[in-house]
Amino acid sequence: MGYTLIYSQVTEYIPYLLAGAWISLQIVILAFSGGMFFGLILASIKTFGNLTLRRIVIFYVTFFTNTPQLVQIYFIFFALPEIGILLSPFVAVLIGMTLNAAAYLCEIQRAGFLSIRQNELDAARTMCFSIVQQVRFVILPHIMKVLFPPLSNHYILMTLGTSMAAIFGVEELTGRAFNINSETFRSVEIFSITALIYIIITFIATLLLAIIGKHFFKAKIRIIQ
Amino acid sequence: MQQIKISDINAYYDDYHVLKNVSLSIDKGHIVSIIGPSGSGKSSLLKLLVGLLLPESGTISISNKIINYTNKDHLYYARNKTAIVFQQYNLFQNMNVLKNVCIAPHKIQKRKKEEVEEQAIKLLDKVGLKNKLNSYPEELSGGQQQRVAIARALCLNPEILLLDEITSALDPELVKEVLDTIRVLANDGMTMLIVSHEMVFVKEVSNKVVFMDEGAIVDYNTPHNIFESPKHERTAEFVSTILR
Amino acid sequence: MDRLIQELPSFLSIWNIIFLLKAMGVTFLLSLIGCLVGFSLGTLLAVFRKTKSAFLIPLRILIVIYTEIFRRIPFLVSLLLIFYIFQIVKITDSLFIIAIVTVCLIATAFISEIVRSGLESVNQTQWDAAKAMNFSYYETLKEVIFPQAWKVIFPPAFSFFILFIKDTALASQIGVMELTFAGKVLNNKGFSPILVFGTILILYFILSFPLDRFGKYMERKYATN
Repeated sequence: MGYTLIYSQVTEYIPYLLAGAWISLQIVILAFSGGMFFGLILASIKTFGNLTLRRIVIFYVTFFTNTPQLVQIYFIFFALPEIGILLSPFVAVLIGMTLNAAAYLCEIQRAGFLSIRQNELDAARTMCFSIVQQVRFVILPHIMKVLFPPLSNHYILMTLGTSMAAIFGVEELTGRAFNINSETFRSVEIFSITALIYIIITFIATLLLAIIGKHFFKAKIRIIQ
Repeated sequence: MQQIKISDINAYYDDYHVLKNVSLSIDKGHIVSIIGPSGSGKSSLLKLLVGLLLPESGTISISNKIINYTNKDHLYYARNKTAIVFQQYNLFQNMNVLKNVCIAPHKIQKRKKEEVEEQAIKLLDKVGLKNKLNSYPEELSGGQQQRVAIARALCLNPEILLLDEITSALDPELVKEVLDTIRVLANDGMTMLIVSHEMVFVKEVSNKVVFMDEGAIVDYNTPHNIFESPKHERTAEFVSTILR
Repeated sequence: MDRLIQELPSFLSIWNIIFLLKAMGVTFLLSLIGCLVGFSLGTLLAVFRKTKSAFLIPLRILIVIYTEIFRRIPFLVSLLLIFYIFQIVKITDSLFIIAIVTVCLIATAFISEIVRSGLESVNQTQWDAAKAMNFSYYETLKEVIFPQAWKVIFPPAFSFFILFIKDTALASQIGVMELTFAGKVLNNKGFSPILVFGTILILYFILSFPLDRFGKYMERKYATN
């Protein structure tokens, strides 16, 4: 084994990596928000729309949930220029992740719609709640509680998913690790530190989400154990 | 002979002091019932004997052998001498009635399969469930499941039978069928420790009655001295509210 | 569009078709082997994690650390880390083996969590009854707990298998000849990216969709039982 681990050579790059983590965060927040918005529209169509529209949405969701996100982004990045749409790597990745997220988040939010309990709505109606009040006091609190765990879980998965942006040259956390690697060749050290940063990021995110969940939505998520 | 001797036991569920300086001796072949308000520690006393609750202090001996419940061999001995029927029957959901009764004698006590099955069928017949051998717990009523649980406990050939509020989860019609089964067993001479709310039954079947309140034994006497002429004020209070 | 129609015949050459089918096989194998190993080892880990003896505490801590780590690092980063470690330790040069090892490590971590949830879903009273009759820990698991936990374990485990097929796309980044890498090869050969990546997406769909339907069918069957 003619290789010694020299972490000291790599520690100077940590701030650079952390700046990359910040970019990863931006990507995931944008893609998640976009995914929630479009996912909500899709979920509404799927629950309330007419047959043709529903079929289109079902096709979209089935397609995006049965194919890998990486290949979807490959398609967007390489195939769209064919028809004249040139996108920067960052935008291509963002669009790919958003479209992918919309499909999954549509399904999650639809489960939320379906979990509305009609008997509670009936009770509220007989007590003269207006539509707005019904939404505010009966529907929304319940849906939030039901949706919070799966949404949080998907958010964490998407955070890990941002690492594939590196393949397209985006300088987020993994991308920067690639850069440092080609400069110093201290591969194991770099990628183990990168792995550690991902662990810390997801751990903090899970913790924050658990606290938010408990306080605002009374929903519980497991951290460990 | 003293089959069970409990001396100065203190036990806790986390911080909650569930058994306070409990002492009790039960003779072989006796039927002893434990009565008292909810939360007085009655079920905990039974759980203590089978090692599902560990004491902080005090000693327990079964058939004149002191049991250290943290010792694997002692634990095995205690669980071998006793058999417990739970309030929620706790039948194994993935096995049919016959297997539920046979599995422990066959796999744990290592007895011959044919011998165990023969005994199991006899016992299930005794509790009136001979035609349900292949049914699964979810297909049976509460009363039927409880009777399977009794057969299962008896098939272990225990010296001591522990019954933990076995009629509490049942509809009134089903209570009678279970109590009739116990009455038959009581006449067979087995040592039994019964936690129950059914005061009429307790009076009829017990040699002695224990009254517990707030984790301590308040009274331990014959049924007559508990129900008809109670010697302690607290006992009298409880008995009067229960028997109206 | 014309380019597509022009290239179609040469794209669908016998060589290409066989090439793509082989790549599909590699993708499927990676996922299958990963999940089979993941299920066996994952079950072992879950069983040991639930033991109570003080003697086994260090083992339990190791298991928790392992599962938390491999579930919180992106697939890509795990893959690269293991790739570079293998380069140092020089056990093998085969990219396929490196990919298999990574895939097994990740799958084991995720599946052990699924198995653990399944075991925990069985009511404590079943453990109590078995303990009172002198069942040992392993006897209880074998005779009572696992038969009941299986219903809760199988659906998410199977879903994970399907999800994992999509994750294997990242193995393309270390040069394993799976489906996505095959796409890159064909793209580099000069075929239209729309054609190439569109086909790859369809092929992944063909792998994933029937399994997904099968999984939903099994779920309904289990539910009615």
